[in-house]
Amino acid sequence: MNKLTFSLNYRKPKSEYKRSEELMICIRYYHKDSENSKARIIKKSTGVKCRLKDWDTDWHKNSNRYPVKSSDPDHERKNKLLIEKVEAFKIYELPAQQKKQDFSTLLKSKVPDGELKNKWTTYKDKINLVNPANKRNIDVIVVGTGLAGGSASATLAELGYNVKTFCYQDSPRRAHSIAAQGGINAAKNYQGDGDSTYRLFYDTVKGGDYRSREANVYRLAEVSANIIDQCVAQGVPFARDYGGLLDNRSFGGVLVSRTFYAKGQTGQQLLLGAYSAMNRQIARGKISMHNRHEMLDVVIVDGKARGIIARNLVTGEIERHSAHAVVLASGGYGNVYFLSTNAMGSNVTAAWKAHKKGAFFANPCYTQIHPTCIPRSGDYQSKLTLMSESLRNDGRIWVPKHMKDVEGLRSGKIKAVDIAEEDRDYYLERRYPAFGNLVPRDVASRAAKERCDAGYGVNQTGEAVFLDFSSAIARYGKEQALLKGLDVNNTSVVTNLGTEIVRSKYGNLFQMYEKIVDENPYKTPMMIYPAVHYTMGGIWVDYNLMTTVPGLYAIGEANFSDHGANRLGASALMQGLADGYFVLPYTIGDYLADDIRTGPISIDSKEFDEAEKLVKERINKLINNNGKNSVDYYHKILGKIMWDKCGMARTEQGLKEAIAEIKQLREDFWNNVSVPGQENEMNTELEKAGRVADFLELGELFAKDALERNESCGGHFREEYSTPEGEAKRDDEKYTYVSAWEYTGQPSDAKLHKEELLFENIEVKVRSYK
Amino acid sequence: MALSGFFLMFFLVQHLTINTLSVFSEEMFNEVSHFMGTNPLVQFLLQPVLIFAVVFHFVMGMFLEYRNNKARDVSYAYNKPAANSSWMSRNMIISGLTVLAFLVLHFIDFWIPEISTKYVVGDMTGKLADGSFRYYHELHEKFVSPARVVAYVVAFVFLALHLIHGFQSSFQSVGFRKSNNKLLLSRLSYLFAILVPAGFIFVAVFHYVSHNHL
Amino acid sequence: MNLNLKIWRQKSKKDKGKIVDYPIANVSEHMSFLEMLDVLNEELVSKGEEPVAFDHDCREGIFGMCSLYINGEAHGPDRGVTTCQLHMRKFKDGDTIFIEPFRATALPVIKDLIVDRSSMDRIQQAGGFVSVNTSGNTQDANAIPIPKENADLAFDAATCIGCGACIATCKNSSAMLYVSAKVSQFSLLPQGQVEAKDRVINMVNKMDEEGFGNCTNTGACEVECPKGISLDNISRMNREFLSANFGLKK
Repeated sequence: MNKLTFSLNYRKPKSEYKRSEELMICIRYYHKDSENSKARIIKKSTGVKCRLKDWDTDWHKNSNRYPVKSSDPDHERKNKLLIEKVEAFKIYELPAQQKKQDFSTLLKSKVPDGELKNKWTTYKDKINLVNPANKRNIDVIVVGTGLAGGSASATLAELGYNVKTFCYQDSPRRAHSIAAQGGINAAKNYQGDGDSTYRLFYDTVKGGDYRSREANVYRLAEVSANIIDQCVAQGVPFARDYGGLLDNRSFGGVLVSRTFYAKGQTGQQLLLGAYSAMNRQIARGKISMHNRHEMLDVVIVDGKARGIIARNLVTGEIERHSAHAVVLASGGYGNVYFLSTNAMGSNVTAAWKAHKKGAFFANPCYTQIHPTCIPRSGDYQSKLTLMSESLRNDGRIWVPKHMKDVEGLRSGKIKAVDIAEEDRDYYLERRYPAFGNLVPRDVASRAAKERCDAGYGVNQTGEAVFLDFSSAIARYGKEQALLKGLDVNNTSVVTNLGTEIVRSKYGNLFQMYEKIVDENPYKTPMMIYPAVHYTMGGIWVDYNLMTTVPGLYAIGEANFSDHGANRLGASALMQGLADGYFVLPYTIGDYLADDIRTGPISIDSKEFDEAEKLVKERINKLINNNGKNSVDYYHKILGKIMWDKCGMARTEQGLKEAIAEIKQLREDFWNNVSVPGQENEMNTELEKAGRVADFLELGELFAKDALERNESCGGHFREEYSTPEGEAKRDDEKYTYVSAWEYTGQPSDAKLHKEELLFENIEVKVRSYK
Repeated sequence: MALSGFFLMFFLVQHLTINTLSVFSEEMFNEVSHFMGTNPLVQFLLQPVLIFAVVFHFVMGMFLEYRNNKARDVSYAYNKPAANSSWMSRNMIISGLTVLAFLVLHFIDFWIPEISTKYVVGDMTGKLADGSFRYYHELHEKFVSPARVVAYVVAFVFLALHLIHGFQSSFQSVGFRKSNNKLLLSRLSYLFAILVPAGFIFVAVFHYVSHNHL
Repeated sequence: MNLNLKIWRQKSKKDKGKIVDYPIANVSEHMSFLEMLDVLNEELVSKGEEPVAFDHDCREGIFGMCSLYINGEAHGPDRGVTTCQLHMRKFKDGDTIFIEPFRATALPVIKDLIVDRSSMDRIQQAGGFVSVNTSGNTQDANAIPIPKENADLAFDAATCIGCGACIATCKNSSAMLYVSAKVSQFSLLPQGQVEAKDRVINMVNKMDEEGFGNCTNTGACEVECPKGISLDNISRMNREFLSANFGLKK
């Protein structure tokens, strides 16, 4: 299958050469990855020439395998040199070639050459630009108005493009980015604690478990500082200290304070900033905003993305919209799990349609599961609520040691506070003595699942563990009592003082918890359970953020590019705004520069007809299905399959089952789903049905991807690939690549393309918490 | 609304001050009344301004009410406004119209005879046939009828309700109310809204009671 | 618990609409209000009836998407919460619950409980922004220190989620609290000063143009606001508006 041979480097048909002409001898390396894969041939010049008449065509039949006949006066030296070249090739180049041969040649990351820190600057200097007068003749469609979509729309409009922006919500301000609590990272080094662009880059790559593209991450770190400047200029009210300067906090997984925040509503403030920038452009007429519109397909004309089909959710009308380029900023697909911290409407539809039209989908299995969410209370539950990770700084996580206490809790006979200290299992402190309750998100989540799976879950559903602040209250209380000269042994004084300190740190979170659960977390421990909240995977994009479909871009959570297998806290906001404000508006110019003479794109082409027809057929099918089950019925079953088999811990067996079950569920869905109402009116069930139909396809690809990745890294944990203590085992040798899936008709038939990840500026290390 | 409201509140204080004089000294009351009734500055500048303010306040109030009603074309099937706002603040139109109705009575009682005496009949002396000032006498005689007294008292209660909201609302509307003075303003509002109408009630009742004694 | 729901049903913008009774049984007190409606809808769908359309999305009180007028109050009887954060434990077995859309002429009903709030967006478009381009060359974020007090007040104003509860609650359907929150945010920050005059005039004019009522300072909006936006903002906007109109502001 793999052959190493000598050959002559013919530059014209063999017959046209004279026998006495000299030709270059090459090493010819022929490679086939597997039986079915396409062969690749590498030719490498040896620098040795010979006359055609001296070339031994049957050289491989000779025992010494010398290709130059003895008729050549210099044949001995030449043959010796050639053998040396082959040996050198075998030692120095073959391993790299053999490794590389796995990787797809279709996926061109287009990372510019040069030193890491200069790549972006140099690239920007050389990129094609569109002259301002021509920008007026170019239309760009942006789907989604979260941080990425909102900021991209505003910036593209500022630059002069005609932007058409779509969101399914009733206003661009209601995108899910608004729910982000913690903060946004930026390498400003305002605290003087040694932060730098490189450090942010390093933390992000390491946090991502070495599964992200170096150059993209470096660029992200580089523009992060600009984001803060831009947002402050827009009037975003970040938290400030008494000197009037910006305040920072520290987040998990890093050694510096680089997170800018606006209380627990950073996402909201940043999104409103982007929203205000959009409003300015809407008022100027540069953005035409389409609220309550859902993109249902992307239209490809002559191989380029030239528009979308969208449904007006108020009238039910199917609309055609054309443009010179389409930007997807439609967010993540965490809702494939049904229960997640994502908004109810968050969906994969836009991204999935793009995938079906040729955009490769990368790393679908990388999912971040957040350990501190409010648990499910019953089957009617629609949504999980996240509480900031910061709670783990002071809370201790435990479940009862004995089954009888668990039963007592569930039946309501006893309360958490009744369980004696020695009967509590502080399992994180037990398993990870060094990190205790502050182990990373994925580890904390899995440990909670392990206890609950073992039957120790503390609520009715058996899916909750305690997060207890009583130790923190006592500790802070004693400290305060000492400071104030009060009696340290007076429990009620100490408790009151401690409660005040905890209130000042986490007051809003405690209040939120109390509103939802109706228990006072100052008195009884909180109950928490992990929940899906971010997907690192997404549409594959190159350095320009362009997908494998020319003219189709993906930004923000919708793409896969910056977080690798795991995202650090406060980095999602950074990526969304970096893509939208500072990256895409530049890189898209490079593509659009070729379109200045194209003129308006017609919506009457056969491609639009075809796309619209398919969209309508699908809607009609859903409406006229007359099945017996509601959309949510299917979504809930899908969610359960995903959570049980593609959730925090995955196994080969489970994933295989998941693939089969999802496939079956999808068939059942199309046969038995019931969608009341009509297509030509506002129909919320129809909207849901379309989204769930796409989740039912994505889910399968998700499982397939997880099955293919025989390692544990970041948000992907395979039980088979873990240490006996349950730690993740990464396989850098085999899996340092991006899995980009090409749609070929069925999710199960998706074809894998691998993009190699090279780490030239960072040493790849094993993550360990012991 | 707020600016005319301020002016009217100022007027109320002025009116009350003069009225209160009637309780203490007939003579002083007469003198001040005569001054107010004959001074050209008061008569031809302040009086028209006052009338304008009243009309403006009333017309604008009606217009506001009309516009605000139009801002909700379908009303709620079930509404519970008492959960979030005071009766006074929601029903300024009712208390306002009650006060307006009272003003009609009040004009018939005092202002029209006064204007007619001065500018129709042309008697600018302010004196009765016996040569004494007529002002105190006229005032005193009005409060013989208990029905009138009751009407006045009821109107003043509504004025109080109007003022409880109107006073602080005016400060809010001109942007004077701030987090550091809002408690003070709210207390002042109650103080003003109770004291001023109570003063008027006191004057009316005083004259009624003093009749019965005599 | 068992409840009797009285829900506003309206097929489309043009339809007249009416209150329809829906009895619902076995409601858990731990459910959120919207989950209770989910259960009702599930029942309706299984009977082949059209579910009740209502706006909702994040279900954690930050999008401002949910917009229900429950038993005579915007976002229901609880304070400081949106409809999605309201839980059934606030109700008793046997209660009758009226569920209506937010009502204002400027917020027309699209279907059932869903209203069109684009008028609120248009007010923002009239001036709710700082005119700064995305160049990457804006001055350093720390170049102008901002007093913490002002930054905090600006933040408090900026936490408005634009749900429209203030408008729905106001007897005059006035959008003053909503508009003043944005005006206040920018008027408290140096970045917002340059356009302060035009901003307040344009936004207030737009609000009137859209058909919202006038503020009569009842204070209902502040009470019902799920984010506790203060009436101080309205006072601040009035101040800004008057000084802008009387030329006190450059």
